[in-house]
Amino acid sequence: MSLEIGRKRLPMFQQQAKIALQNPQLRRNLGKATQTIRAKRALVVGEVPDWEELREAGRAIKERTLRHLDTYLLQLEASVQRAGGHVHWARDAQEANDIIIALAKQHKAREIVKAKSLTTDEMHVNEALEQVGIKAYETDLAELILQLSGDEPSHILVPAIHKNRSEIYATFQRTMHDVDIELSDDPKVLTAAARQYLRKIFLRAPFAITGANFAVAETGTIGVVESEGNGRMCVTLPQVLVSVMGIEKVLPTWQDLAVFLQLLPRSSTGERMNPYTSLWTGVKEGDGPQEFHLVILDNGRTQVLADQIGRQALNCIRCSACLNICPVYERTGGHAYSSVYPGPIGAILTPQLLGIEQAESLPFASTLCGACYEVCPVKINIPEVLLHLRGEIVRERQQHALKSTFDGENLTMQAMAYMFAKPARYERAQQLARIGQLPFEHQGKLNHLPGLFAGWTSARDMPGIPKQTFREWWRERERGRPPKHDPDAAQTQLQAQPQVQEQELQQGYKQVQEGRQ
Amino acid sequence: MSQPQQSGRARQEILARIRGALNDVPQDEETEQVPVTRHYRQQDDSSRAEILAVFIDRVTDYKATVHQVQESEVSTIIAEICKKYALRQLVAPMDMQSAWLPADASITVLRDEPQLTHEQLEESDAVLTGCALGIAQTGTIILDGGAMQGRRILSLLPDHALCVIRASQIVSLVPEAIRQLADAATVQQAPITFISGPSATSDIELNRVEGVHGPRKLDILLIP
Repeated sequence: MSLEIGRKRLPMFQQQAKIALQNPQLRRNLGKATQTIRAKRALVVGEVPDWEELREAGRAIKERTLRHLDTYLLQLEASVQRAGGHVHWARDAQEANDIIIALAKQHKAREIVKAKSLTTDEMHVNEALEQVGIKAYETDLAELILQLSGDEPSHILVPAIHKNRSEIYATFQRTMHDVDIELSDDPKVLTAAARQYLRKIFLRAPFAITGANFAVAETGTIGVVESEGNGRMCVTLPQVLVSVMGIEKVLPTWQDLAVFLQLLPRSSTGERMNPYTSLWTGVKEGDGPQEFHLVILDNGRTQVLADQIGRQALNCIRCSACLNICPVYERTGGHAYSSVYPGPIGAILTPQLLGIEQAESLPFASTLCGACYEVCPVKINIPEVLLHLRGEIVRERQQHALKSTFDGENLTMQAMAYMFAKPARYERAQQLARIGQLPFEHQGKLNHLPGLFAGWTSARDMPGIPKQTFREWWRERERGRPPKHDPDAAQTQLQAQPQVQEQELQQGYKQVQEGRQ
Repeated sequence: MSQPQQSGRARQEILARIRGALNDVPQDEETEQVPVTRHYRQQDDSSRAEILAVFIDRVTDYKATVHQVQESEVSTIIAEICKKYALRQLVAPMDMQSAWLPADASITVLRDEPQLTHEQLEESDAVLTGCALGIAQTGTIILDGGAMQGRRILSLLPDHALCVIRASQIVSLVPEAIRQLADAATVQQAPITFISGPSATSDIELNRVEGVHGPRKLDILLIP
């Protein structure tokens, strides 16, 4: 993955996807994973009679939070401090890493245990710590597998889903030397080995880093949901705990948890409730870490907040339901998105977080089928944001005079706009195309168009212009004559009634517009 | 640059960025003016018997074992479970009532008083706690550090967790549980743990394996 802390352009999705599509193991693993989780989710969502009411409440709570984000963050800060915690603010990843490194140094921590957190992945905190000689251990099983094999996550929820058991077995054989378990490729054995390997580290590490699924402004309570128990280890065993949260993770009130603790597990793992949820409020004497730090991170989020349409991407609770349902993600997997956030949510979040020019291929990594919107537990209208971002990209290109003059797509679109503006032009173009398509037409289908259009026909056929269009047929019918090919006559006929046709078109367009509203 | 100074500056700037980003929100808009409809179920009117049946069903579905017992039988059943799984060292919170503890001489009870070390907990076989609440809808038990629950670490390091719950502690829905926990969170600042079945992972080829870091076995004793 080439996502750097700095502003580095991401590789084109379309090219990365081609590489991924040629990997049969990846496609098999992903197919199995996404289908299984989808089915589980459908089952447990189906048993909740008030699911739609929960979704609406979730969306509305997020909207209220985002519209008053400054108020709630200040309230959260005061609540955490009142409960004995410390609060830090970080404008970007670098600043957050510096805060964590300073705290680790202050406590002379050489080893840190870390629970799975996308926000800290975004920061590349492990690399930053390594540079100053501090070892951060990923403790989620999948993250551990990736860390030990030097690989990158490919899914939000099951990050090592692209790996086979035999590969994991080989990695563990190579890297886990101090476990007394006879290794094999049995997932049970591999899991037991990870348990033993990490247990020793948990017992001695003085310092932990976690993310935060929720932070309640009213009470200062932080919440982490998980399955394995590594999160519980991190928030219970070490003396010092640092949790990093994006600014959008704050929730106004304690009762809001009732909504999200229902929406998240069912959407994410397809469980009624995940095995473990830890909620803690500052520091509790005699129980768990005696020093707690909360790092509140911006890192591009205020940029997202500034876009009134794109803002809803900050509703995201990182459940990954949109990944599992997406026909594009299911086939390409997460690596093709070159981003911490893959899938449909990544396609709208990453370009906004990094700046659209850094990730301009991602909003096009979608068929706009809308399934992601339907499963989203907080009702993010992903197709709407995708279209909005696509528009932004085109507008950005058009602003560069030089770029837009030589941009094939831009020129084609301008030609199309000119052509569609007048019915006569449109029909003339059809007639020309009918001749132009001759070399490419096969049984009424175009299947190998040249140049810019090859992108379309490389994967599917395009219907050719028919021998007679509807309007031609209609005119013939009105005249009560059998169809005859006489371009001049057709032209005369057209010129006789352009006024009427244009009015009709305008009216039709208006109706469509009103219908949409 | 010193840390507090830097953080103070970052704080001011992030807040300023947020306010700038929200210039479409009217200055005088109150938080309550953004409508939040809470039409989801706040309460379940099913009978107690139905709610208990759902609790047992859901807990069992997530691979935990439910024992329906009379209060007077708790100690015996715990001794039986210990025998069945060869559990010799049983951890208990310092305020665990003696009547629930197994009388069997082959089982050593380790009370968390004085506080047990990480090593002692690591070497123990099982833990016995009470709990604050149960949620039927999700098959969840909740610990909030209250009576007979002890520190969070007690129910984390031993490999086998035994938990006693009374039928009266079981609510039907998540919102009911959250309401009942409000005091624990706001007044007592208690750490709260939701436990739904034993620890589990599906990280290797999506095969579910019970038990990664938390207890691999969970037995729940339900008293009417």
